[in-house]
Amino acid sequence: MENHDFELPVKELVEQLDKARALQQETGGDMGKSIKELERTLQKVRKELYSKLSPWQRVQLSRHPQRPYSLAYIQAITNGQWLELHGDRGVKDDKAMIGGWGKIDGQSVMLIGHQKGINTKMRQYRNFGMPNPEGYRKALRLMKMAERFNRPVVTFIDTPGAFPGIEAEERGQGEAIARNLFEMSILRVPILCFILGEGASGGALGIGVGDKVYMLENTWYSVISPESCSSILWRSWNYKEQAAEALKLTPQDMLKNKLIDEIVEEPLGGAHTDPEESFRRVKDVIVKALPKLQALDPDRRVEERIKKFAQMGVVAE
Amino acid sequence: MGWFKRSKEGITTDTKDKRETPEGLWYKCPRCKVITSMEDHERNLWVCPNCEMHEKINAHEYFSFLFDEGVYEEFDAGMKSKDPLKFTDTKPYAARYEATVKKTGLNDAISTAEGLMNGRPVVIAAMNFNFIGGSMGSVVGEKIARSIQRSLEKRIPLIIISKSGGARMMEAAFSLMQMAKTSAGLAVLSKNGIPYVSLLTDPTTGGVTASFAMLGDINVAEPGALIGFAGPRVVKETIGKDLPEGFQTSEFLLEHGFLDLISDRKDLKERIGFFLDCALDREAAKPVSRKRTLTPKIADR
Ligand SMILES: [Zn+2]
Repeated sequence: MENHDFELPVKELVEQLDKARALQQETGGDMGKSIKELERTLQKVRKELYSKLSPWQRVQLSRHPQRPYSLAYIQAITNGQWLELHGDRGVKDDKAMIGGWGKIDGQSVMLIGHQKGINTKMRQYRNFGMPNPEGYRKALRLMKMAERFNRPVVTFIDTPGAFPGIEAEERGQGEAIARNLFEMSILRVPILCFILGEGASGGALGIGVGDKVYMLENTWYSVISPESCSSILWRSWNYKEQAAEALKLTPQDMLKNKLIDEIVEEPLGGAHTDPEESFRRVKDVIVKALPKLQALDPDRRVEERIKKFAQMGVVAE
Repeated sequence: MGWFKRSKEGITTDTKDKRETPEGLWYKCPRCKVITSMEDHERNLWVCPNCEMHEKINAHEYFSFLFDEGVYEEFDAGMKSKDPLKFTDTKPYAARYEATVKKTGLNDAISTAEGLMNGRPVVIAAMNFNFIGGSMGSVVGEKIARSIQRSLEKRIPLIIISKSGGARMMEAAFSLMQMAKTSAGLAVLSKNGIPYVSLLTDPTTGGVTASFAMLGDINVAEPGALIGFAGPRVVKETIGKDLPEGFQTSEFLLEHGFLDLISDRKDLKERIGFFLDCALDREAAKPVSRKRTLTPKIADR
């Protein structure tokens, strides 16, 4: 498993533990005591390390190459009962944005998400999780379909941003995102949004206007990435740690500022250390949240959604 | 349910309805030339076991495997064209029409039916390509309009299986207006929240593409089908250039955002059925088989 520098103490302990376990298997000797000891230490070190991550470290975790992406969540949550749909009915099928119908414990849900690739080839194929306008238009088409059949929408957000390209501009990246914000505000079915990894700016918000917006524990959500912020405001790429700090982009800060609704805890060490557990937790949140939202009258639900976003912002007068 | 009839009879005994095959016992794939017994070919839903080429099949063949146990009620089967313009080209339209009726045993380029699919009532309208190139005139338009009406009244899903050269020239602007008529009907269906699945098969072109075939809540295509508005020859002659490989195929359309998915014929019933289960929030009638997944596994699960 790949690790970031700050995770080295954990990495060393994991390696020791693996060795001890292998030795026990090989020799048949009783290593039980030292294995238990190591496990306890590992747990303690992990708890300490991950409970006081700096904002920048959290950004790094949110980009961990082993972190599960939207399709992995969808496959697991629906137990494979899912039909992917394609295309914006305009120009293209955007591979950075996926979506389709799925069944979660027997209930139909429209699932939509950014998708990053899991290896070099797939990262290219998925355009690094950066959608073009057609990705947002596909997402909107599917949301409208869900609305037509009165089924809830769940979105999974994990993008370094909407794709900055010539064709993206020609086809109206800005219009596509704006249209989604407009339509999602008044969509007559429940919408749940989960930040699974990176929530970069308009590219994230483009599928992020929901009745409930959740951030997983090791994710970030802001108007710009810390690197770009550093380069623009500090005129150097070297201030990303400070930028990450200043942007208040962690789930805790976002919750404190009432810009999201809830935090979903990850397994200790991050979602990638126990993907199945991460899937289960996200599924639990969905299964618990939907009935409450579905019990509301659609007009009331839309009104509350609009009110929630209307309250965001701080002014002095 | 006395008004249901078994379609099986129509398929196995009615030779008028059958496409020409070498000696009627063997099927030779036009693409890879592999020969299969007619029996196996039918069992394989008229798909070549070697190269997976999906043979063009008519409405009744689709009905036979999409409806549960091949049981359905066909409606408006007797409807025929009236030749409103007394159209004549090298041959009077009326004569051509009657000859086609005789040859094919069909009354026009579409058959419409109601029955159960995975235990759920659905209306299916499916086109017959061997009837004047599956062209759309007043009969096709009217039978689709009535299928829509039936879906609407009974609040049951509609599936249209397109396979057409486009609008029927011999009915001129009457044909043209079937595009508007069917599209208008589908708009009403959509407003009422009734699911409509468009299945595009080889070939789907012209006015059919430019109306009901592209308007599904989901658009599904069989692999390798020719789908377009202008025919490839017309495009080629107009632009004076060779066409790119794979131009106007199902795969081309998926890539360009016009199809929700491409499905092998054998998976159609399960995948369309799953969509309907989701849209109508019904428990799946039969558990989806564990062996196949609805969405083919891709490298980045
Ligand atoms: Zn073949």
